[in-house]
Amino acid sequence: MEITTEDYRVHYDPENATVTCRGSFLLSGSEEYAPILQLLNSAAEQQVNKLTLDLRELEFLNSSGINTLTKFVINVRNRQNLELTVLGYENIPWQVRLLKNLQRLMPSLVMQLE
Amino acid sequence: MAESEIHGHFIDGLPREVEYLMIGFSPSSIPLKQRWRTNGLSADFIADYLQTFFVGPREDRANGDVPIPVDSKNAVKYIANELLENAMKFHDDTHHYQTKIMFHLCRDKLVFQVVNTIDQTGKDKFVKFIQTLEHDDPYELYIRQMEANAQNDGSSHSGLGFLSMICDYSANLGWKFELIAKEPPVYAVTTMVSLDV
Repeated sequence: MEITTEDYRVHYDPENATVTCRGSFLLSGSEEYAPILQLLNSAAEQQVNKLTLDLRELEFLNSSGINTLTKFVINVRNRQNLELTVLGYENIPWQVRLLKNLQRLMPSLVMQLE
Repeated sequence: MAESEIHGHFIDGLPREVEYLMIGFSPSSIPLKQRWRTNGLSADFIADYLQTFFVGPREDRANGDVPIPVDSKNAVKYIANELLENAMKFHDDTHHYQTKIMFHLCRDKLVFQVVNTIDQTGKDKFVKFIQTLEHDDPYELYIRQMEANAQNDGSSHSGLGFLSMICDYSANLGWKFELIAKEPPVYAVTTMVSLDV
């Protein structure tokens, strides 16, 4: 599964159980973000134990994008059976902050900073 | 003199002798969908422009418990982009009133201002949201709003952008509403976001 546009790319690799987001998420609301949320949720459905969300190459995220990732994390939390790891860079302050916020919503979320 | 109403941290009358940048546009001149792309571009431009004024070594703070530093390009881009997005989403284009984003660099703070017009219903909703912001703990409200948004699929305005400015970027927010037409009522709303530097 993959969504590629001029501004961003979201790619799910089933073998490594990883969804990678790259580029800038600047879409205008829930409707425009729906395909991304759908990709994330289907990846979570296909994985039995673990899933990694790699946000290291995500350059920018607007508040509707924060909302989308939040919805996804709450969905995974509510399923209670999937271990979710989120990757970010420790020298990118907004990524660190985002990961902490996501972890507050889902305390079992594994935050991996590089 | 227009009737005006002020909420939050609003600085009326910024010093004139400061660096500033202003971008004005008419939201109705091209379709919103096409226009949307310019938000990111304008926000990038403002953020790049500002980088020139931040000199010297920067402390990289990797601790997510502290707010995102003001001198990170992301802080300026995020706030400028959110303000532009809001101005476009909620602008009442029945009036030919220009939407403006102004960015002031003062001695001890960065001040962003966006002016757009809204109708009475928009204003009432907005004021209700501002009052909630003034009475509740913003961080609790932020988390509560995230949970609430996950429950409903509606794309209604949740205020998440403003809450993230306050919680993630330690921004101060203020608003000024000015009545510019009476029948039916139209307001020019100025949203002010300031960051201490």
